[in-house]
Amino acid sequence: MAKVTMTVNGRTMSAEAEGRTLLSDFLRQGLGLTGTHVGCDTSQCGACTVHVDGLAVKSCSVLAQDVAGAAVTTIEGMANPDGSLSTLQQAFQDHHGLQCGFCTPGMVMSAAALLAENAAPTEAEVRHHLEGNICRCTGYHNIVKAVLAASGQDVGKIGIAAE
Amino acid sequence: MPKDGGIGASTKRREDVRFLTGNGRYTDDINLRGQLHAHFLRSEVAHGRIRGLETSAAADMPGVVRIFSAADFAAVGGLPCGWQVTDRHGNPMQEPKHPVLADGKVRHVGDPIAVVVAETLEQARDAAEAITVDIEDLPAVIDMKAALAPDAVKVHEDLTSNLCYDWGFVEENREAVNEAFSKAAHKVSLDLVNNRLIANPMEPRVAVGDYDPWNDMSTLYTTSQNPHVIRLLMGAFVLGIPEHRLRVVAPDVGGGFGSKIYHYAEEAFCTFAARALKRPVKWTSSRSEAFISDAHGRDHVTRIELALDADLNFTALRTETLANMGAYLSTFAPSIPTWLHGTLMAGNYRTPLIYVNVKAVFTNTVPVDAYRGAGRPEATFQLERLIDKAARELGVDPIELRRKNFIQPDQFPYQTPVAVVYDTGNYQATMNKLLEISDHAGFSERAAESKARGKLRGFGIAHYIEACGIAPSNLVGQLGARAGLYESATVRVNATGSISVFTGSHSHGQGHETTFAQVVAEMIGIDAGQVEIVHGDTSNTPMGMGTYGSRSLAVGGSALVKATNKIINKAKKIAAHLLEASEDDIELKDGKFSVAGTDKSVDWAGVTLAAYVPHNYPLESMEPGLEETAFYDPSNFTYPSGAYGCEVEVDPDTGKVEIVAFTAADDFGNVVNPMIVEGQVHGGLAQGIGQALLENCVYDETGQLLTGSYMDYAMPRADDLPFYKVDHSCVTPCTHNPLGVKGCGEAGAIGSPPAVVNAVIDALHRGGHTHISHIDMPVSPARVWAAMNAK
Amino acid sequence: MYDFEFVKPASLADAIAAMGREGAQALAGGMTLLPTMKQRLNQPDSLVSLNGLAELKGVSAADGVLTVGAGTTHAVVAATAAAHYPALAALAGQIGDPMVRNRGTLGGSLANNDPAACYPSAVLASGATIVTNSREIAADDYFQGMFATALDDGEIITAVKFPIPDKAAYVKFAQPASRFALTGVFVAKGASGVRVAVTGASEEGVFRWTEAEQALSGRFDASALEGLSVGADGMIGDMHGTPEYRAHLVKVMTKRAVAAAG
Repeated sequence: MAKVTMTVNGRTMSAEAEGRTLLSDFLRQGLGLTGTHVGCDTSQCGACTVHVDGLAVKSCSVLAQDVAGAAVTTIEGMANPDGSLSTLQQAFQDHHGLQCGFCTPGMVMSAAALLAENAAPTEAEVRHHLEGNICRCTGYHNIVKAVLAASGQDVGKIGIAAE
Repeated sequence: MPKDGGIGASTKRREDVRFLTGNGRYTDDINLRGQLHAHFLRSEVAHGRIRGLETSAAADMPGVVRIFSAADFAAVGGLPCGWQVTDRHGNPMQEPKHPVLADGKVRHVGDPIAVVVAETLEQARDAAEAITVDIEDLPAVIDMKAALAPDAVKVHEDLTSNLCYDWGFVEENREAVNEAFSKAAHKVSLDLVNNRLIANPMEPRVAVGDYDPWNDMSTLYTTSQNPHVIRLLMGAFVLGIPEHRLRVVAPDVGGGFGSKIYHYAEEAFCTFAARALKRPVKWTSSRSEAFISDAHGRDHVTRIELALDADLNFTALRTETLANMGAYLSTFAPSIPTWLHGTLMAGNYRTPLIYVNVKAVFTNTVPVDAYRGAGRPEATFQLERLIDKAARELGVDPIELRRKNFIQPDQFPYQTPVAVVYDTGNYQATMNKLLEISDHAGFSERAAESKARGKLRGFGIAHYIEACGIAPSNLVGQLGARAGLYESATVRVNATGSISVFTGSHSHGQGHETTFAQVVAEMIGIDAGQVEIVHGDTSNTPMGMGTYGSRSLAVGGSALVKATNKIINKAKKIAAHLLEASEDDIELKDGKFSVAGTDKSVDWAGVTLAAYVPHNYPLESMEPGLEETAFYDPSNFTYPSGAYGCEVEVDPDTGKVEIVAFTAADDFGNVVNPMIVEGQVHGGLAQGIGQALLENCVYDETGQLLTGSYMDYAMPRADDLPFYKVDHSCVTPCTHNPLGVKGCGEAGAIGSPPAVVNAVIDALHRGGHTHISHIDMPVSPARVWAAMNAK
Repeated sequence: MYDFEFVKPASLADAIAAMGREGAQALAGGMTLLPTMKQRLNQPDSLVSLNGLAELKGVSAADGVLTVGAGTTHAVVAATAAAHYPALAALAGQIGDPMVRNRGTLGGSLANNDPAACYPSAVLASGATIVTNSREIAADDYFQGMFATALDDGEIITAVKFPIPDKAAYVKFAQPASRFALTGVFVAKGASGVRVAVTGASEEGVFRWTEAEQALSGRFDASALEGLSVGADGMIGDMHGTPEYRAHLVKVMTKRAVAAAG
């Protein structure tokens, strides 16, 4: 056991961690931040995505001790300072980009990383970027739409049957 | 009435705010004081006899509290099956025991043998490795045909064979169907596989058992689609705990798709162990564990034949299916290949004679049960693939062949030869709508453009019918259901006019908290924000059957309408008293009660306050308060239908199929929230396309699961799929429920697989590969390439 | 996973010392190692994180050679190698997904030598040199079959030196579930001729398709491959593709790589 300290959502936080403690478990059990979800054990589903020093990573495949001292952002740190939904979060609600909500934290974290480096991605770029985030509910349609909308692009014609 | 909150509005989902900020409360987020962790030691072999189990070394390891095995469960019942099918000879199905922990034999990889309960999960896992299990390997029964051979090894030695049942439907039609085939001008047949799938909701299953000895109260927190069903099955049939001493809570649940309907051993275990140890016991499935312990879906092997007369009218249909049950009967497994499959074999067509034979088979694999669509995708796939093949062989247009045989709009209600009566539908309309929105007319131009790029483009069509809201209870009881299939709602109006609705339905992604509030808000004429929807806790919701089979709005919503109508009726009486008018003259509009033809009125809150502060109230004739419960048992299924069009491009060099367009024209009857309905279709389409192109659950001949993780089980990802075009403007309202709704949750998964495969076959034929009549799902690149190169 | 002692040295020298202890194992990005350990298939006494070693990170180009630090993540290679060796950058940008690329490293990939990993094909086709704490190993000597390499116990890859070819491209046909290469082909035409390396297809791991190299040395055009074929013997067969299918894909992907290389 070692005491591990990191800056999580802007606050310095500490908890005990074994060598084998994964960042996802550290956040969920150690710090009580249960918004980060674990959907697989082979580093495929992306539900556990958080940002470590600004980069999106799968927290289920990172050891807590390996990122001691890092700045970590989780879904709990994504809303606006006043608690209202951020532009990206709001776009997910506006465009029904979530259903059961389980993959959603990872989707939001992953999409936020995309928009940080590519302010106006194409549909193909969004789909390619979200390759590491599995959603079983939405068929991705409204997720991709939400990300495009969050980047300020017009999504009004997407999926409209009558043309 | 605020127009953004009533029926027909695409109201944004209120539940999203907590999910988007990491404040959902899923079962794994629950950690109770003093909680212990359970780790299941599972069989690594598919079939074997347990000769010995040595746990003493493990029991002495750090943190271990207790190790449980089958002997601990000698006094409790096994996991029950909720549906008894009667075979074609009138005999009940063979029903094996399903112990909570393997008793004497293991029957599939993943069958739980023992459970270590320890202070931490890793301690439990460490100790599980110190358990020695002596297993005598037995030959694994994997292939269904081989399982039915007379000398086959038996999965259950106390049964007469591996045949669960041999079901015929409609048995009386068997000879007439054969006769029709002997007279047919044309006959077409197709052998196909409906590939085995794993539901894979993104939230793995979790169970947390808790016990309060001072009040003799057990609580189970579980990832369930139907907490009341779990309470009944587990309480009455497994552990012997009466309902009032057992509370089951299914909080936020991260998707289900059928796999969280069933009562699983882990739920019973955690409840049992918490009582035994007087401490909370938690189990969280890993994804790897989910692959070998969640019920699987589909897995049918079918031969289907169609007879046509000289004018290309369908005259008879005959199918023979082997349906995999796995090693034990999961909760509703026997009903899936029978009543949820056979009754749909008429599809959208007037075929007068149909005979469906299903042999359900035990194998050394994980139990198989309902997965999104459940029986109906299997029926639709067979029929819609066969009709396409027939059109090709007979040289007619597949769309016209369908149109010619459709049940016509003026023929409803329509009695099919497979027991059910379709109340409404207009299949010509959905087909027309599909052709319009998919720009079918422009296809040949697009195909030419693809060809210029070296790609083969194809267009595939499928028309589906499904049956939702399975009911009525007295009928399904005759068919073997051991449960009712009603739904319930309690509408509690609070003193200041806000409303708490307690529903037996359960939302695990469907958005009931939003849509159910829309219904109540519309009926009363108040803001939807004044209505909260409570679900998922047996301690505060009325007995309900939960959510599956696209039933929540059609059945649960109907109960909600009934209860709300009772509220309105009573509120009108109170208003009449307050306004000193006759009840018959009271009108409710926009949340205000008024006396017809006058300016006298009282608003909603005035009435509700009077109900709870009954100073001016007719106490002699009416009770105070404003709370009503209703149970709704539907008189018939609902029958959504639709036309789906898929456009693919095949890379002839690699066999890779790309979905370039997918269009859906559905008739769901009336729609409460179009945004949510479209989302349901999108999700269903992705799962259906996944089945058609990507997903496959594969066992080797020894019963090892080869697709035991996302490294080999191909989940559809964002870049596998296009934007879909979906339409639900063709509306023939359901005639027998108050909202006129039909259900939309499964449609996408039902109609899309045949559309995809039909499109691939079309593309290959256009590319000159006319020897290919079928490719089994998933239509993987390797399979397409192999088919192209098989001469 | 089993517990272990976590060590994170700040210098290569400390890392080498830590790796010299009994039961020590190096941890790079952990994208393969940690999932394997979760399944309890691996039980090191200590994990030596290489993620704190600044000297293992970075990309630099000089004298026609691109040197990539072994601890450089795929995302960094994708972004920074593009100006010098676009085909290598493009390959790095196709590995896994964005989150994997932010953790996974070149050195980790090469040390693991998964038969379906992308990087080995680039290293072999480029004729690169693997630099370790104790020696330099030519690519042709490094890869020794599925998950087998020339590395000794405790040896740490520090960098890879890629001679920058005149023309190169990597084309991958992804396994539909894992997105690893069902078959991936890296073609490079440089000073030492044409080299074609294939990953994902063979039971022996990454290999050079020498017949294609000869044909392309004569004429660097996809049409030069017309008469060639790869045998199915020794190719991987599984639910995602038969040996015959993979053998077929080798040729298709090689043609596409040649066309893409221009």
